[in-house]
Amino acid sequence: MKNHLLRHLQVLFYSLGELARAPLTAFMTIAVIGITLALPAALYALLGNLQRVGGGWDEGAQISLFLKLNTPETTARALAGQIRAMPGVASVRYISPTSALKEFKRLSGFGDTLNLLDSNPLPAVLLVRPAKHAAGASAAQRLAQTLGKLPGVALAQFDLEWVRRLDAILRLAQRGVLILALLLGIAVLLVVGNTIRLAILSRRSEIEVIKLIGGTDAFIRRPFLYAGLFQGLFGGLLAWILVAGSLALLAGPVRNLAGLYGSRFELASLGLQAGTILLLGGATLGWLGSRLAVGRHLRAIEPG
Amino acid sequence: MIRLNNVSKRYPGGFDALRNITFEVGDEEMVFITGHSGAGKSTLLKILTLIEHASRGQVVVNNRNLARLPRRRIPYFRREIGVVFQDNKLLHDRTVFDNVALPLVVAGMSPQETGRRTRAALDKVGLLGKEKMYPITLSGGEQQRVGIARAVVNKPALLLADEPTGNLDAEMADQIIDLFHDFNRHGVCVLIATHDLRQIQRMRKRVIGLKDGELAVDSGSQAA
Ligand SMILES: Nc1ncnc2c1ncn2[C@@H]1O[C@H](COP(=O)(O)OP(=O)(O)O)[C@@H](O)[C@H]1O
Ligand SMILES: [Mg+2]
Repeated sequence: MKNHLLRHLQVLFYSLGELARAPLTAFMTIAVIGITLALPAALYALLGNLQRVGGGWDEGAQISLFLKLNTPETTARALAGQIRAMPGVASVRYISPTSALKEFKRLSGFGDTLNLLDSNPLPAVLLVRPAKHAAGASAAQRLAQTLGKLPGVALAQFDLEWVRRLDAILRLAQRGVLILALLLGIAVLLVVGNTIRLAILSRRSEIEVIKLIGGTDAFIRRPFLYAGLFQGLFGGLLAWILVAGSLALLAGPVRNLAGLYGSRFELASLGLQAGTILLLGGATLGWLGSRLAVGRHLRAIEPG
Repeated sequence: MIRLNNVSKRYPGGFDALRNITFEVGDEEMVFITGHSGAGKSTLLKILTLIEHASRGQVVVNNRNLARLPRRRIPYFRREIGVVFQDNKLLHDRTVFDNVALPLVVAGMSPQETGRRTRAALDKVGLLGKEKMYPITLSGGEQQRVGIARAVVNKPALLLADEPTGNLDAEMADQIIDLFHDFNRHGVCVLIATHDLRQIQRMRKRVIGLKDGELAVDSGSQAA
């Protein structure tokens, strides 16, 4: 048993040594695997982030009531009180035309231009947050309809619809990433298979000799399987590094962009779990690709 | 050790390389298989090591009926016999030591035992001092001796050699055949395919002559 383990370890280090002995070939294969795996992993990470964007909106789902122009503040505040008492309403916030304009100046960057206007073109707004039990999309939709019919309200706008559409689109995209990942996984199998095939052919005479002196198929197979496993594992590691690096590069600009929308959104990197899946997936694909190639090509090499 | 009964070999092209070969070799014999080039000597050895399968007839080696040996048992069967090739089939990217140790590594022997036996085999062929060298730096005779060390490192009961002196001058050839003779004296059954008449006359051992795939001469068993 101890011997058996020792032998496996020997072959394992031998395979690592082989990778080091042909560093260019090994690196090329690992790079191809890395880039191939990085693509779906990056898309997966981006989708996750987009979903968090949508999720953020979902929580803060609110109804914007645009009041008729020139509604006096007292009327607006009275209306706010009236709405606050309605069932299904958690809170109401009054935003005066002046503060709305200030906010708009700050966010839009049109500050100086807007100073040219002699009157404030913006209406007063009431921001209504539905209560928890009424926060579902359809309940909130109904509430928005009711509020829209109140006197003094010009327009009731409920912003959840696009969130639901975004969600549906993301689900579709997720399915797409899954299919892409499957296809690229097959590509990795083929890449590893081809590398191993070449390795087998280049060691044809060695394999013949080992068969002649009584090496079993399992013995001959082992170093190639380890080679495939390592190439896949390092490919997965490279993919992780590529994705994490790209996301890190994007994090700054994304923070700026989110800031422009008044959000504190931060780009999340690939989690430990997803990274582990990348490593394990890469290793598995490498082993499998090697296994397929070895099964096909070793049998064809017989001493003669 | 070896029993052939009406063995024939037809290659895929339809060529009959061996026809109705019948002979037996005892456990402690030393036999020369001889005949012109193309007579079927190599084919015969390939059948004995299951590199080729007999088309007809029965082949029994070391008490195993080769026709009934399943594919997955072939490696284990090959570990019971040592084979020396004319082109010695050494691995040129490995040292002499690693080449000779290979059959033991393949069989999963422990590193200590592998080292001990490998050095013993190298000692027997007189190459103990050259274990760290690469085969390419050795003379033809020395390379052939490395091949012999690799063939005997497993302590096989049967040693097969296909034209082991084919590429050597007379003096080196003598050394090689003497080495085989030595193993034979220690109880190993030795079968050498050769058309080196000089060695055959020198050794005065049993000779099996092939001619166009047929058994032409058998000087008869003279097992000690
Ligand atoms: N793989 C093969 N396919 C077809 N014919 C072969 C093959 N191997 C050997 N032969 C033929 O079988 C005959 C015997 O060959 P071989 O056993 O190598 O003879 P020897 O070793 O005595 O010179 C030769 O005519 C050779 O051409
Ligand atoms: Mg021959």
